[in-house]
Order: sequence, then C-alpha cells, then structure tokens
Amino acid sequence: MELNSNIPTGPIETRWDRQKFNLKLVNPANKRKHTIIVVGTGLAGGAAAASLAELGYQIKCFCFQDSPRRAHSIAAQGGINAAKNYHNDGDSVYRLFYDTVKGGDFRSRESNVYRLAQVSLNIIDQCVAQGVPFAREYSGYLDNRSFGGAQVSRTFYARGQTGQQLLLGAYQALERQIAAGSVEMFPRTEMLDLIVIDGHARGIVTRNLITGKVESHLADAVVLGTGGYGNAYYLSTNAKGSNATAIWRAYKRGALFANPCFTQIHPTCIPVSGEYQSKLTLMSESLRNDGRVWVPLKKDDTRPPSRIPENERDYFLERRYPSFGNLVPRDVASRNAKMVCDEGRGVGETKLAVYLDFRDAIERLGRGVIKERYGNLFDMYERITGEDPYQAPMRIYPAIHYTMGGLWVDYNLMSTIPGLYVIGEANFSDHGANRLGASALMQGLADGYFVLPNTINDYIASAKLPKVEASHAAVREAESEVASITRRLLEARGTRTVDSFHRELGKLMWEYCGMSRNAEGLQHALAKIPVLREEYWRDVKVLGTGEELNQSLEKAGRVADFLELAELMCLDALERNESCGGHFREEFQTPEGEAQRDDEHYSYVAAWEFRGAGNRPELIKEPLDFEYVHPAQRSYK
Amino acid sequence: MRITLHIWRQRNASEKGRMVRYDVPNVSEHMSFLEMLDVLNEDLIGKGEDPVAFDHDCREGICGMCGCMVNGIAHGPLAGTTLCQLHMRKFKDGDELYLEPWRAKAFPVVKDLVVDRTAFDRLIAAGGFISVATGSAPDGNAVLVPKENAERSMDAAACIGCGACVAMCPNASASLFMGAKIAHLGLLPQGQPERERRAVAMVAQARQELFGSCTNIGECEAVCPKEIKLDVIARMNGDFLKAKWTGRGALGDEG
Repeated sequence: MELNSNIPTGPIETRWDRQKFNLKLVNPANKRKHTIIVVGTGLAGGAAAASLAELGYQIKCFCFQDSPRRAHSIAAQGGINAAKNYHNDGDSVYRLFYDTVKGGDFRSRESNVYRLAQVSLNIIDQCVAQGVPFAREYSGYLDNRSFGGAQVSRTFYARGQTGQQLLLGAYQALERQIAAGSVEMFPRTEMLDLIVIDGHARGIVTRNLITGKVESHLADAVVLGTGGYGNAYYLSTNAKGSNATAIWRAYKRGALFANPCFTQIHPTCIPVSGEYQSKLTLMSESLRNDGRVWVPLKKDDTRPPSRIPENERDYFLERRYPSFGNLVPRDVASRNAKMVCDEGRGVGETKLAVYLDFRDAIERLGRGVIKERYGNLFDMYERITGEDPYQAPMRIYPAIHYTMGGLWVDYNLMSTIPGLYVIGEANFSDHGANRLGASALMQGLADGYFVLPNTINDYIASAKLPKVEASHAAVREAESEVASITRRLLEARGTRTVDSFHRELGKLMWEYCGMSRNAEGLQHALAKIPVLREEYWRDVKVLGTGEELNQSLEKAGRVADFLELAELMCLDALERNESCGGHFREEFQTPEGEAQRDDEHYSYVAAWEFRGAGNRPELIKEPLDFEYVHPAQRSYK
Repeated sequence: MRITLHIWRQRNASEKGRMVRYDVPNVSEHMSFLEMLDVLNEDLIGKGEDPVAFDHDCREGICGMCGCMVNGIAHGPLAGTTLCQLHMRKFKDGDELYLEPWRAKAFPVVKDLVVDRTAFDRLIAAGGFISVATGSAPDGNAVLVPKENAERSMDAAACIGCGACVAMCPNASASLFMGAKIAHLGLLPQGQPERERRAVAMVAQARQELFGSCTNIGECEAVCPKEIKLDVIARMNGDFLKAKWTGRGALGDEG
C-alpha cells in the first residue's frame, strides 16, 4: 500500500488555507441528504458531531457511557494551549508550532502541527462564546499560565478542571443539536465493528449495552473519536471504560495503525497500593517545583522516612541532573524513578514508589505558602492515601497517561479506508513521540471543531456512495463476526475472570513495553502475549448472557482487543531501533543516559497494516520531512 | 477489615428487586469503595454468581458516572466526595452497609445499582446551552468577564451531573442540577440573550421528566460532591419569574 498524506505544498503558513480552498464543498441543501456516524463524545467526537450537525448533515452519535458528558476528556486538569500572545511575551503561531514539533522529538508532521497552532486561536474564541468559564484577570481579560516545554504563557485554564469545562461546552453544543433533531444520540451503545463496502467505510455494528441488541447503522462516512489505548496497561490514568475496540476493529478492517509504541508516562501519580488497584490518579506535575524526589540509599530500607538521616538519602534526580534537578522532563523523571525501584530501593508497602518530599520547602517557605500553592493537591493525596503530606513525604510513581500513536490519517484526517475519519487521541497525527502538556485538549477540539468539518465535505462531494441496504452481505458478515466473538466469550466458561487476564497483560506491558524497553524484553513479551491470548479464549469466565446489561461481557470484548493491540505495540517498539520521546530503548542512549534518536534511519511514521490473524502485520513507512524546524538533540543536564 | 453489604439486586427494569446480603472479609483500608465492589464481584464471578452491576468510569471524581446510596446517603458519608473517591478507611471493621440505587421516578433502575439518568441530558437539551455555531465567535477577549463572575460561574459549572441531588431530595427535584447550569451560563455575558428562555424551557422539561419541585430542604446541597450551593436555585427561580413577568422566554402554554 502507498501512503498518501495529502499534504499541500508551498509555504507552510498558507497550506491550510489553500487546502480548504481546493477541497470540494457540499451545497447546504444536499448536506441534509447525507448521514455521518460519529463514535465517541469527548472533545474531538462531541465537537465534531455538533459542528457537522450545524453544517446540516444528519448525525448519528454513539458513546458507551450513559451520557455524552462522561467522556474521559472531562478528567483533563491543566489547561489548553493557544498562541494568542495576549501577554506580549513573544508567542506566535510559529512558536507554538516550533515547540510542539520539538516537544514531539521530531516524529510528527510539520504541516499538521502548523495547522494545529493556527486553529488554536479559534478554539479559545469558540469556547469563550459557549460559556466556558476560563480563569480571568481582575480586569476581566483571560488569564494564562505557563506549562512544560514552553517559555511563554499560553495555557488557558478553568481552575484544575479545564477538560471538564471544555467538554461541557462541546456537550452542550451537541445537546442543542440533539434537541434540534439533527443529531440522533445513542448512549450506552458500543461500536463493535466497522462496515466496509466496496472499500469505503459505510457504517458500524453496535451493541446496545442495556438490551444486548446488536444492530447495524449505515452512513456515508464514519468518524472515530474514541480516544487512546492506555488501558492496554490495565493501570493508567484513563477512565475504566476507555478502550481501543473501535480503532482496533477498524485496523482489522484495513485502517493502518501508526506508531503504536508511542505512549506517554506521567511521573507524578499516586502509586499502586495493592492487587485490587483499579486505576491510577494523576497529581499535577507542578508539585515538582517545590518537592524533592528521593529514595533511601540502602536496598529494602523499611524505616519510616523521618528516621532516615540526610546522608542515607539519595536525591537521585538532583544527583544525576544537577542543572535541571527535580524539574527534568516527564520522560526522564519517570525513567529514573523506575530505575531506583528496580534496584530495590523503592518505598512504601509495594516498593514501587519514590518520595516527593516537601519538608525543606515547608521549612523554607512556611506551611502557609505550600498550602496556598498546592492545598487542593495535598487534600486529594490525603483523601486517597490517608497520609498527610505536610507531615510525611508523598509517595509517587509514574503511570501511563496518554497514547500518541493511533490510526494513521492523512492531512484531511482520513484513514487508509476511504470515508473513515479519525480524530483526537484516536489518531496519531500531531504529537510525534511525546505530547506537551495542555496540547491534548487543543488537538481534540481542533480536529472536531475546525479541521474535520472543513475536510469531510470533499469526500462526501466526490465519493460515489450508492445506497446500501441492511441486507448487504458485508453488513451481515460484520454482524455475524460480532455475534461470534460474543458467543465465544460467553461459551468459554473457563476459570479466570476478565480482570485477572487484563491485570496480567498490564503487568507484562508495563514491565517490557513501558518506561524503558529493550530488544530482549520486547521479544519476551512478544512470545508471552500470544500464549496469554490463547489462554484467554480458552479459560476466560464470563457469566450471564449477551441479551442483558452485562458489564463482564463488555470488558471481555475490550480485553480481547487489548491482547492483540499489545502485541503490535511491542512489535513497533522492537522495530524502532532508536530512542525518541516516550519511546526509550535502553540500547540507544547517549553516554549520559539520554534518548538517542536516529534520524537517518527512523525519521518516519511507522504505519502497520493488518494481514490477517496469525500473520505478521506489514510495516509501511511515511517519511517525515522537516523543512522548518531542524532536528536537534534534547539535553537536560 | 470485614464489611457486610446489603445490596439492591434487580435483574432489569421490569423485574422486582430485593436486598441481598454479602460478606466481604478481606477489605483493605486503602481500597476505594468501588475497589471493594470490584473485589466482591471477582469473588462472585469465581462462585458463578452474577456480579453486581454499578456505573463508574473515571474513578477520580469528575465524570459523574458513579454513585449509589450508602446507608441512605448519596455517595456515602464523606461530604464533598463522590463514591469513587471514598476510601474504606472511613469505615470500621464489622460495618454493615446498605447500598441502593439512586431513588427517583425520573431515574428508573436499569439493573442493580445502575439507573437511567438520560433525563438530565434532556434538561440540558431543553436549554442548558449558549447557541453559538462553530466559527462564529468573536475574539476571546472581545467580551470582558469580571473575575468574580467568572469565579462564581465556575463554582456552578463544577457540577458533574451525577444525580446525587435528585436521589437525596425527598421530592426528587432536579433544581440544584438545573440551577447550577442556569447560574453557570447566566453569570456570564455570553449567556444573557437566552437567559429567560433557558430557565422557562428547563423548568418545563423537568416537569415532563417527573422531577419534583423544590421546597428548600437542602439535602441536595448537603450531598453534592462538588458542593454546589443552594443559591443557584434562587437564581433559577429569579430567572424563571422574570421571564414570566416580562413575557420573555415564552415557550407556549406550559409555564
């Protein structure tokens, strides 16, 4: 397969304008005749469904939660970037573009990132108009703060609930269209397959999670805004329901999956407290401004932290990175925490944590100042752990947070299946090998509000879309495929629960395809995963029937897909013989232990094509050209 | 610690439900409440019994999907906290807890502790938005918002739509939920043009959904995990009355 990224040529500043002009339009009266399916109602999906409905298309919108307002975009805390330059501090579209390409460690497309920086301006305007209560100065003007990877203040925020407020804006716009009759909403409905007819995406197969009814929905185009796949690791900061099923089934129908090994690990999360742990909670990384990270010098030191004298503590970040100290970037901080825990110097009951200590900061600044800066975070920590971080150091550990990889899309956000569009975290497009803070919200809304509604018309206008009947053989085939998976899961009648398999897979992935990877470990995982998958289908225990609300069955389908996706993640990680961004291969590091990119051999997007169950997928490369931002080594010593 | 649970089990919307007793003998104090239910469910599946259905998603107190009555209190005994953020150290060894689904005619039971809250979505669809099509917005700083208004608007906008207010209210009123949205949008200049219409439309929809009326009891405020204050209801009533007096916001004859 030849990949055509459809990137316009000419000066980068005008590429998006020229693309919009060159794309075909659909007459407003004709839009009503076209149905578009949108799966997922987060920032990308919700914004797309509302905006496409405003344009006049008939929209069918799906989410697995009980309401479109629950999508996990809601949990984003920090903020959203936009190159407004309201502070006269040297920001510009070009600088946001530059920071994002560099932050992504030169593994993203320049043209896409430039467009993202351009439409970031419109996003803020749109959200303000919708009633998003962004933080304000006393003058009434919008407030900003700084965030990692940037030297300007360009992050807009609504307390620690920016994602929630932006999502409610999109949700309310969506509800308005539902009331107007232009969106038909299907909550508690999960997409289980993609219907491809004559090479075009023409619909989806869904399961109603309350009645269990399997149905087909047909349309002229399908949009997936179904989020990332961090839950392949079982424990992550994702919501429990976040899953890869929609994108994975699309992959198996012919959409290429790009850079699956690019995952982001956030260094400051509340650590695992026991086997029953169900998810991980993020603590803002701003805590590292005043907290000092350390572990005991000795292995298996069980003394409480207050009994460990200064000369028996190892402030390992300060020791290894004297100039950045505790403020090294996310990937470096995460990797180092893992290293000291692997040495047996982790703290707490599980030994998988490091201390984040505020003792010195409290002594220096006083408890009042620390409370003012971090009071809400300290409260949250205490609520979850039962420990008072004013008295004893916090225990923190890195956790899976975001996936930069996803379905491959061209500049128009269309996958390799004509008519299948992929937006938000579900696609791979804008963050390269590492995402900067406050950029996920920006990308989700850019795709949903401003990019997709401008590009999808071209397909609708030019594709031949003959009417499809529900009796079409491809529809029947997809439905029976879904029914057969459900039946196999229910009929396995084994001995182990779905969660027990998911946990085992998660541990394997975390160990061998997590913060740092090496060829030997990846080969080990690649040998183990098929064995675990075989055991899963033979020994999984799912009670109940398919004709009712059956939460075990829902999970079982998702875990079955994670068991396949995990293998592709390891394969991609093994194939990429370099370290870049969130992908750290131990064999490829500088003498100082930093990520060593290999631009000569790996400056490409790795897009994988499904070649049938049991066959090795085929790697197709999309070369990356850097005309504006020239690749350079990142160093934090 | 050992916890005894009495859980409302109901197979589906049409069958009758009943309380069933379960012992969870090996509860760690560090578990969240939902993790305790996970442990119970793993155990039930092991024994071949149907696990307890309950709604949850983010497990960090923001998505609004989780929640049930714990000994008669929505989201359990800890103020300002969703069920997923409640940890077992707040309970004692040997405690007996009664778990029931949200109680309200407008939230019919789907299964066990899962209820149907789509009525909330229909309240928002009735008027809980600002009508602005994508692309038509002026610059974000073109309309100034006094800091205090932005803060108060954010206080109300923090609502997570969990439904605890309705479940706890003896009238099953959705007034705190509606008031929160009406205050959130009504405190901002962008929300003014549709302010009266919004209040009238949402109140009318609430009636159709069989939510009760507010009689100022205040149970909603007491259990709200985001600590939304009762004054949002006063704002709603104010907007509603103003709409009626001025004749603005008329939707027809349902007022």
